[in-house]
Amino acid sequence: MTLVPFPLPVPSLDNQYWFDKCKEHVLVLQQCRECKAFSHPPRPNCTNCGSSDLNWVESTGKGTIFTFTVTRQPVSRPLVGRTPWIVVEVELEEGVHMISNLIDVDCDDLQIGMAVEVVFDQVDDEITLPKFIIV
Amino acid sequence: MTLKNNLKDKAAIVGIGETAYSRESGRSELDMAVEAADKAITDAGLSSSDIDGIVKFTADSTPQGELAACLGIPYLRYYGELGPLGGAACGLVIQAAMAVSSGMANNVIVFRSVNGRSGARYGSGVVTTRRGQGTSAFTEPYGLLVPGQSSAMRARRHMHDFGTKLEHFGGVALAFRKHACLNPKAIMYGRPITMDDYLNSKVFFDPLRIFDCALEADGANAFIISAADNSFNSSERPVFIMGAAQALPAGLGDRGGNWEDNGASRLAPELFASAGVTADDIDVVGFYDHFSPVIITKLEDYGFCKRGEGGPFVGEGRIELGGQIPVNTSGGHLSEAYLQGMNQIIEVVRQLRHQSYAQVEDAELGLVDSGDGSGALILRR
Repeated sequence: MTLVPFPLPVPSLDNQYWFDKCKEHVLVLQQCRECKAFSHPPRPNCTNCGSSDLNWVESTGKGTIFTFTVTRQPVSRPLVGRTPWIVVEVELEEGVHMISNLIDVDCDDLQIGMAVEVVFDQVDDEITLPKFIIV
Repeated sequence: MTLKNNLKDKAAIVGIGETAYSRESGRSELDMAVEAADKAITDAGLSSSDIDGIVKFTADSTPQGELAACLGIPYLRYYGELGPLGGAACGLVIQAAMAVSSGMANNVIVFRSVNGRSGARYGSGVVTTRRGQGTSAFTEPYGLLVPGQSSAMRARRHMHDFGTKLEHFGGVALAFRKHACLNPKAIMYGRPITMDDYLNSKVFFDPLRIFDCALEADGANAFIISAADNSFNSSERPVFIMGAAQALPAGLGDRGGNWEDNGASRLAPELFASAGVTADDIDVVGFYDHFSPVIITKLEDYGFCKRGEGGPFVGEGRIELGGQIPVNTSGGHLSEAYLQGMNQIIEVVRQLRHQSYAQVEDAELGLVDSGDGSGALILRR
């Protein structure tokens, strides 16, 4: 049975660079040159001070599990066969939160606070997604 | 800048109307909207020629003009809409109250009509149709597709930070089911559940179970908003909009991690200030309960208990009829029907008219909210 993929991202002018860097297996974050705050997802302005003077910096890719859920029932018929899947909210070392998946882990072993690190999942020629493993 | 909210007691809910709630209405959303609106107009002691405004959910398929046509209203002086998705009900009451209190219109219908079970279901992820665009490019590719998953993640964090237990979420589900069993209109009327039933029920989005989730339903609700000084002309029992506030946290909450940084906790102080009352003065509550854990956080956000103590608070029966602060006395979204915050408003109006199936003795003041605290009202008898 062919699994139906989750909706693929449709990059925009505001975030194309972020997806381009994912293809190079580099996780980047926006950092404000004025107030130094990091933000995610990418936007034209800093969400802390509103400045448009933003810089792309490479994230350490390290963080901890802030929270997660294991989806046990497919939310719609096309997703039958995909369960269970883990959605995680990672708190990166830079302080920003990022939604992703945990891979190569048993659903029953998860706890908030576990250390995680980014890996990259090449979905197709255009899209590579950052995912996380327990370290 | 200090806020000068002048809406207090300027407008009233003068009529309410609802269709039956079901899993398969077999009717169009327009047809159900007309029934609910007709009932609300009759309940208000008005006729359709008195109606000159209609406001709708952005998500609703029924255009204001079509509803007006079916009610025999030749044109509308005021019309508007509010999104996104489910959290619009209180905000629409506020729109309507501003319209009638400023003289833009005399009597405004607020309505919601949805085949939420037999048609496109919120819980199946097909309603948003975002398909990985905009900010959902950073959520949907990972299988974060429906609101229940986000609620589950927040619930798990609450468990971690404050020691909240599954039995506390179950306590919410049981309380509302108990209320639904007093309400013959509730879909879950006559179907009581126990804590064992709850704990053994199907896990949807760990830690949330099926009994933690809103009951998708078909049905329609409507109410009529009139200026307070007109409200006694027709209605025998207007319910006054004593306080009102809206809140939209920036960035869809993607900063995460701060319990004080959400709609309900942001708007609560302004809501109580606008009415000149405190949480202690409230007799009955209608919280938007798309998922049971939000009841626990909202009790904290609105100050009915301290931050982190919402779990034990519901665990001791305080939100049930006869308890300290009865919540969702018609069964709420979990056990009456999921009409996106509209049926909570109808039930609080019934409470303040002293016409509820689960009547809170001498109820004078009610609090009702929408979404995760996107809007809220304090209503008075």
